[in-house]
Amino acid sequence: MSAALVEARELAFRYAPGAALALEGVTADIRPGRVTGLVGPDGAGKTTYIRLLAGLLDASSGSVSVLGLDPAAQSDALHERIGYMPQKFGLYEDLSVAENMRLFAEVRGLPAAERTATFDRLLHFTGLAPFTKRLAGRLSGGMKQKLGLACAMIRRPELLLLDEPSVGVDPISRRELWRMVRALADEGIGVLWSTSYLDEAEGCDEVLLLSAGRLLFSGLPAEMTGRVTGRVVQVRGVSGNRRSVLRRALGQPGVMDGVIQGRHVRLVLASDAPPPDVEAIRAGPEAVVVPVPPRFEDAFLDILGGGPGGVSPLAEHMENKPHSEGSVVEARGLTKRFGDFTAAQDIDFAIRQGEIFGLLGPNGAGKSTTFKMMCGLLKPTAGQALVDGLVLGKSKGAARSRIGYMAQKFSLYGTLSVRQNLEFFSGVYGLEGARRWNAVEGMIETFALSPHLSASADTLPLGFKQRLALACAVMHEPPVLFLDEPTSGVDPITRREFWTHINGMVERGVTVMVTTHFMDEAEYCDRIGLVYRGRVIAIGSPDDLKEKVRSEVLPEPTLEDAFVGLVEADDQAGDSERRKEAA
Amino acid sequence: MSSPASRRLAARRLLAIIQKEALQIVRDPSSILIGFILPVFLTLLAGFATNLDIDHVPIGLVLEDSSPEAQGLAAAFLATKYFNTRVGYDRREFTDDLVAGKVRGIVVIPQTFSRSLARASESVPFQVIADGSEPNTATFTQNYAQGVWLSWMQIRAQGKGAEFNQPVSLEPRTWYNQELVSLNSLLPGGMAINLTLIGALLTALVVAREWERGTMEAMLATPVGRFEMLFGKLVPYFLLGMVAMFICLGITLVVFHVPFRGSIFALLTVSAVFMVSALGLGLFISSIARSQFVAAQSAILAAFLPAYFLSGYVFEPAGMPLPIRVLSHAIAARYYVSCLKTIFLVGDAWEQLLPNMLGMAAIAVVLLGLTIRNTARKIA
Repeated sequence: MSAALVEARELAFRYAPGAALALEGVTADIRPGRVTGLVGPDGAGKTTYIRLLAGLLDASSGSVSVLGLDPAAQSDALHERIGYMPQKFGLYEDLSVAENMRLFAEVRGLPAAERTATFDRLLHFTGLAPFTKRLAGRLSGGMKQKLGLACAMIRRPELLLLDEPSVGVDPISRRELWRMVRALADEGIGVLWSTSYLDEAEGCDEVLLLSAGRLLFSGLPAEMTGRVTGRVVQVRGVSGNRRSVLRRALGQPGVMDGVIQGRHVRLVLASDAPPPDVEAIRAGPEAVVVPVPPRFEDAFLDILGGGPGGVSPLAEHMENKPHSEGSVVEARGLTKRFGDFTAAQDIDFAIRQGEIFGLLGPNGAGKSTTFKMMCGLLKPTAGQALVDGLVLGKSKGAARSRIGYMAQKFSLYGTLSVRQNLEFFSGVYGLEGARRWNAVEGMIETFALSPHLSASADTLPLGFKQRLALACAVMHEPPVLFLDEPTSGVDPITRREFWTHINGMVERGVTVMVTTHFMDEAEYCDRIGLVYRGRVIAIGSPDDLKEKVRSEVLPEPTLEDAFVGLVEADDQAGDSERRKEAA
Repeated sequence: MSSPASRRLAARRLLAIIQKEALQIVRDPSSILIGFILPVFLTLLAGFATNLDIDHVPIGLVLEDSSPEAQGLAAAFLATKYFNTRVGYDRREFTDDLVAGKVRGIVVIPQTFSRSLARASESVPFQVIADGSEPNTATFTQNYAQGVWLSWMQIRAQGKGAEFNQPVSLEPRTWYNQELVSLNSLLPGGMAINLTLIGALLTALVVAREWERGTMEAMLATPVGRFEMLFGKLVPYFLLGMVAMFICLGITLVVFHVPFRGSIFALLTVSAVFMVSALGLGLFISSIARSQFVAAQSAILAAFLPAYFLSGYVFEPAGMPLPIRVLSHAIAARYYVSCLKTIFLVGDAWEQLLPNMLGMAAIAVVLLGLTIRNTARKIA
């Protein structure tokens, strides 16, 4: 085994004296020629760790050596030899692709003689050659990320540090980036790739798993998943409501964790626990329990001691929504043009009561535009968005009071306390008097917020922020819930807790629309609308979509495979149409 | 320690940063706004709004005496451009207007006027009531009423072929701004205030912007040193600041006809030294503030306000208490105001300019030194 590029020993860091440790006792090595995944939810200490390696922070205690240098004292020498891509890619948005590359080439001292060859190689490698004159700010998320990568490796670094390169990037761009990074590792470069997507860990050669500033695991991903081999099963052939089946399954002894995967329910069992009884969880007469290969996330949950239960105290307190026939949320020929550019064209879908509907699509495909029109935040150029039979835009107030809205960035007021946030949102949604008091107190109790009531929202741990944001969105008991990337970057336990609440509310008759880049989240949906180039190119259940791309080479497609396959198929169809038109 | 090869690399880095900043200036509407539009706006505002000369002040004239002499004096009040005079016969007619601010003063020609006038020995009573809520205007009204009276007496005496006897005759002579047009001294001073704001705003925002957009972090992980980072920013913004200076100069000369008695060379030299200190202040602010919002607020507070009050632009430091006078020496604009007034109204008085330039240079060195010390090589 070749010598390690990075040797960290008991590394610890705190941002201010007296503050909690952002990183604690991390001992880990990073080797050349490999992609090392730095995996963990937001706030786990990933960025802190990378900054320590790059010499941008000085360790509070412990030691680290990078390429044989001390990053604190020898950062100048170190910066000659590493490449670093910070979050948000670190690009100058008002400079073009070529200008950004030239700037980084100059400041890194790339010899003038090598410039043409290097630029050609990198532009070819990243596929950015046709866009050299385009301003970096005008590139899509995926292209920015490739340019950031090109700039970070202009001098062929020995160690490449990438801080969350795949955040906000669609699965297609993500796959391309992986191919590029893989090629670099094959050339002998050491790559550190940080991510909050646990599924990316499985593609890494080695994994460092961080959680709350501590290193939970370091080693091969297979070692990690090996912990739970034989303990992961899928309940297939579920008839009836699979959300209730999941809830019942999680109540069984020996079931540590469970999620919904399209039609199936996936469960992680405690060691030596027998598979659950399909009759006890009332999965239906055709239900069977099939062992499936474990995933990284299953093992992570196992280390953390299992997921939360399947019962949502929030939904328990809710009353059943009155039953309504027909669709609760509907898009009718929704079209939005910005000047010449059509962001969304003739979007049609209808969501039944008690259904979870997902909007998926690559960056810039029109997904957010559609979502905003459905919430009444954006006025459609043509067509209608209906909620509960009311046209958004015409009866704004009435329609909006039926909607609960929650965004990934938690639209909370960071400087207000937890109680003030709750009271503010209850006022905004028009709750008054005893109803208002009951709603606020109910949320505090349901989400166990009482120890944090006077803390300002900004200082809350991420999990509590997530709870507070959900509380603010649902305290007026809306029949319709719109969720915009609700659990991106959130740890898996908090995410499960969140979906337990959502599932519970859906069982009470709440209707949910969600956008996400996160395939795990998409699996919870009853149906998915795949948006691409401003149109809905496919609509159906997760399994329907997977079915569409099933082939001999891909007998068991994942939802991500379906996403990539359908978008590529649409590209090809579009190309041949254009050729026909040209001919 | 530095070999020729490493010096050459450092020079390349500096050049690359300068080039990058220049491109960003060209493409960033906010730099253009601050560098080109703001000087035009501020100079026009200073020229039109801060004029301290007053004319057409509305006053009421109460004629209690109806003699030809009294009527003659009233005519003199009606003729001058400094007053808009309304004539009445009872002072009560104007008291309400004075309270309401419709007239700024009341001049009373009493019943005894012509009688006192006839007896040459007696002093002539003559009342001026002024609105003290605007002290400047009040003083002006009093002084000019006095002036109208004196010149009327003179003309009257000449008409009678007699000598008008005044025990002492004061003949004021003002150097450098003979007309005592306040704009002539205000606008050069205003230029210093404008350029303080422009210089500080230009640089205060740019470093904060790099922090906000995450580009600073990318740069920190490259071999770029803080010296290169800072001077790479200083050079292009210095040029932009000098352009702003010439815009201010052009408007001051062309639109407001302020005399310019010095040389462009002197102005250029003085302004160059000042500009480094103004940009230095902005860089210093941005080395502390990491968001553009905080940086912009601090730039206005830390650059504009002290420059406005302590530079001697309107308020003479000589009249301030000692501690404030001492403090005013830490304000680069103070030296620049003094230099600009000299160059515009006197000429190239180098014995005046050089000590002031020294003051500005010292401030610039201190600010840049602090900035370099403060510039993070680390994130926290």
